[in-house]
Amino acid sequence: MNPVLEAPPKEKRERWEGAPPSPPPEPPDGNGGNGNGGGDDSRDSSPSGKPLLGNTQLAMLVLIAAEIMFFSGLIGAFLVFRFSGKPWPPPFQPRLPVEVTAVNTALLLLSSYTMVRAQLALKKGDAKALPRLLTVTGVLGVVFLAIQGYEWVRLVNFGLTASANVYGSLFYSIIGTHGFHVLSAVVWLVAVLVRAHLGKYSARNPNGVVACAMYWHLVVGLWPILFYLVYLL
Amino acid sequence: MSETTADAHGAHDHHEGGFWSTYVFSLDHKMIARQFLWLGLIMMVVGGMLALIFRWQLAWPETQVWGFEWISDESEGMPEGYVTPNFYNMAVTMHATIMVFLVVMPILVGCFGNFLIPLMIGARDMAFPVLNMLSFWVAVLGAVIMTAGFFVEGGHAAAGWTGYAPLSTVPEYSGVFMGQTLWALSLFVLSFSSLMGSINYITTLINMRTEGMTWFRVPLVVWSLFVTAILGLLALPILGSAGAMMIFDRVFETNFFNPAKGGEPLLWQHLFWYFGHPEVYILILPGMGIASELLPVYCRKPIFGYRAMVYAMLAIAFLSWIVWGHHMFQSGMNPALGSAFMMTTLVIAIPSAIKTFNWLGTLWGGSIRFTVPMLHALAFVILFVIGGLSGIFMASNVVDIYIHDTYFIVAHFHYVIFGGSVFALFGGIQHWFPKMFGRSMDEALGKVHFWLTFIFFNMVFFPMHILGVGGHMRRIYNPLQYEFLQGMQPINVMITLSALALGLSQIPFVFNFFATVFRWNAKWFRVLTQAVSGLVVGFIGYKSAAVMFEGLMEPEASTGGRIVGTIVFVALTVWIYRYLEKNMAPLGADAPQNPWDANTLEWVAPTPAPHGNFGPTLPVVRRGPYEYSVPGESADWAPQTEAIDPKYAEAGH
Repeated sequence: MNPVLEAPPKEKRERWEGAPPSPPPEPPDGNGGNGNGGGDDSRDSSPSGKPLLGNTQLAMLVLIAAEIMFFSGLIGAFLVFRFSGKPWPPPFQPRLPVEVTAVNTALLLLSSYTMVRAQLALKKGDAKALPRLLTVTGVLGVVFLAIQGYEWVRLVNFGLTASANVYGSLFYSIIGTHGFHVLSAVVWLVAVLVRAHLGKYSARNPNGVVACAMYWHLVVGLWPILFYLVYLL
Repeated sequence: MSETTADAHGAHDHHEGGFWSTYVFSLDHKMIARQFLWLGLIMMVVGGMLALIFRWQLAWPETQVWGFEWISDESEGMPEGYVTPNFYNMAVTMHATIMVFLVVMPILVGCFGNFLIPLMIGARDMAFPVLNMLSFWVAVLGAVIMTAGFFVEGGHAAAGWTGYAPLSTVPEYSGVFMGQTLWALSLFVLSFSSLMGSINYITTLINMRTEGMTWFRVPLVVWSLFVTAILGLLALPILGSAGAMMIFDRVFETNFFNPAKGGEPLLWQHLFWYFGHPEVYILILPGMGIASELLPVYCRKPIFGYRAMVYAMLAIAFLSWIVWGHHMFQSGMNPALGSAFMMTTLVIAIPSAIKTFNWLGTLWGGSIRFTVPMLHALAFVILFVIGGLSGIFMASNVVDIYIHDTYFIVAHFHYVIFGGSVFALFGGIQHWFPKMFGRSMDEALGKVHFWLTFIFFNMVFFPMHILGVGGHMRRIYNPLQYEFLQGMQPINVMITLSALALGLSQIPFVFNFFATVFRWNAKWFRVLTQAVSGLVVGFIGYKSAAVMFEGLMEPEASTGGRIVGTIVFVALTVWIYRYLEKNMAPLGADAPQNPWDANTLEWVAPTPAPHGNFGPTLPVVRRGPYEYSVPGESADWAPQTEAIDPKYAEAGH
């Protein structure tokens, strides 16, 4: 029941002298004329149909856009200092461990692969493979964090601190922020893993896994860029 | 109809029962909207008080602020009511920060975004209600952190709302220790709140429009909130990263912004303004949307150029990303780059002018109803034009050399943010109040509030253009220290007197708001309302008359001034008292379902809208949002759910 459909008719308003002509009324859902008054447009996708992306995926895309902007702020800061004409990296500072981190990068990329495998397993309804693959992914993430942490301790011992100079400030801020993101992704993954063990996900109900996987891929996808900028450039 | 409203209200709004789940940790988008409204209005009082305190210092430097003499002389901030230089810097900084992040954003984006988006697109709620609730409570957390800064050692942030480094990052420079860190932390937290809101708005709007609600049938205010959400989504993380770097600089002693240790202060400015210019449009776009929404309703005419309005908003949103350098003309910039930023900035005038002329086109030939929301919408158009035009002066980098960081810029952005956003905000509150609270705010009180605010807004901010061109610096503790500013001191006094009047002018609004929300309609309360409103106007009239008679610089009015003032006082008090006595409707009476004869979907929902908004079935949209006075139709409005008579549909082709 829609009460307004029965609203009593109102008296027609006298049109004022000199008023601009009103647009011709448009047929329901037809092709609009000039669009004044919020006209129709048959070219629009009808919102009543199935949306292109589910709410979860769309929300994750929006979150990922925000994360990318956050990291562009940090990367922008990095580029300003990197190309300011000063010697880079500054003299008398420990060099960053490129080889170990390259291996670490490979591990992280591998975790994205296992995450894709987990998503495919979910799609196929493979209830056993999903928790297993998620566990592998999480372990790879933890290993990445552990190696990063070990390298940080070594660097601090060598005298590269956040307050020593801009080089150190940038390194610890950017890599630390990314590390924090990996950590939050791992925590999220553990939560998803627990629910996967309880059998909460299925091919028809994949949203929890999909959201976590999108975040995981974001965190992994950011890393090669940061690795190139901070370690290699 | 009224029975269904009452039933729906009784059955749905309170079915969860508990006070906590209904009013505190509510998942309902309408309750969250009202929570944001309360948050914004409370913080508006704080921000306004700060403004009045530093205005006092500017008019009567280094005198005791009236009403604050009781403060002990050991107080760090205002010993015995004197404004210290540090306190002055803090007041200016916090006035701006609170007004931008905790008043205009919570109300325009948080309140109207939450309230209008689901109702106007025919959705039952937001896509993620829990996230929505978190968004509000994280905003409260941000507000608490921001307020806590007032009570810490060394006082609150005092480096300006722009927080320019290294003043903001080296505690020894400003004497502010914990305050600035809390300031940055609070902004970081608020950007999270905003992010959660944006995720909800964008997802809801893309995926949850009801059947028939095509993109070009979406009301303009929802379009504006959509564009705002996108801007906030992309801009606030930049502030987050800059704020994180500031916190690192202050807490972990990193060196991003400290030139003494290889840092780059300009980096802060770039990051801040790369966020800051889109932020400016976050503040004004919802205002534009509200004006575009109110004008057709109260002109009984379609909006002029609906699609042009949409495209203009998208153009403004796009351009806002490539103009940030115009805030930094004086910071040291390659002149070629400065000219490029000048050009991109001037280009924004084109979509803004499209919008302005479309508003005028909407007004032309309309049968205007001068209701309180309409008055605010008209004021928005007038004041936004003034604010927009003064912006063109600022955008030109040669002119900017002269007027940069003077009171000219203060005048400019207050015309845009106060004259634009805040007038739209008041208009929007009174327009959607019936749907929000189920009762209509009083028109007579609203008119008293509107005219007082409109007059004294202009008297506060218009003379600032003159001060600015005269060279009055923007952040200055005591203008009397400079000989060339002494001649303009009467203008400062007039601005401060008007600012005090502007503060008093909000009293009728407060009465109107509370009386309507809590249904205070007792005889004694009505008399009190009339008397207080009358006395406010009378008092302002007394002071104005005395000033006109005696001149601004006389601290005490002479006998002549007192006599003239008293006559004006009595006349105005009696006039307003009688006007309200005659015209005030019963305060807090139930509002009809569609008091303004408006087309959009929120008025199809019962009043106040229950959980789920629309009853058993969602409305189906069959026409555009602004089809008022369609020739041949019996009424001059029709809800968006009403099909167009096929007879006329054929006539159109």
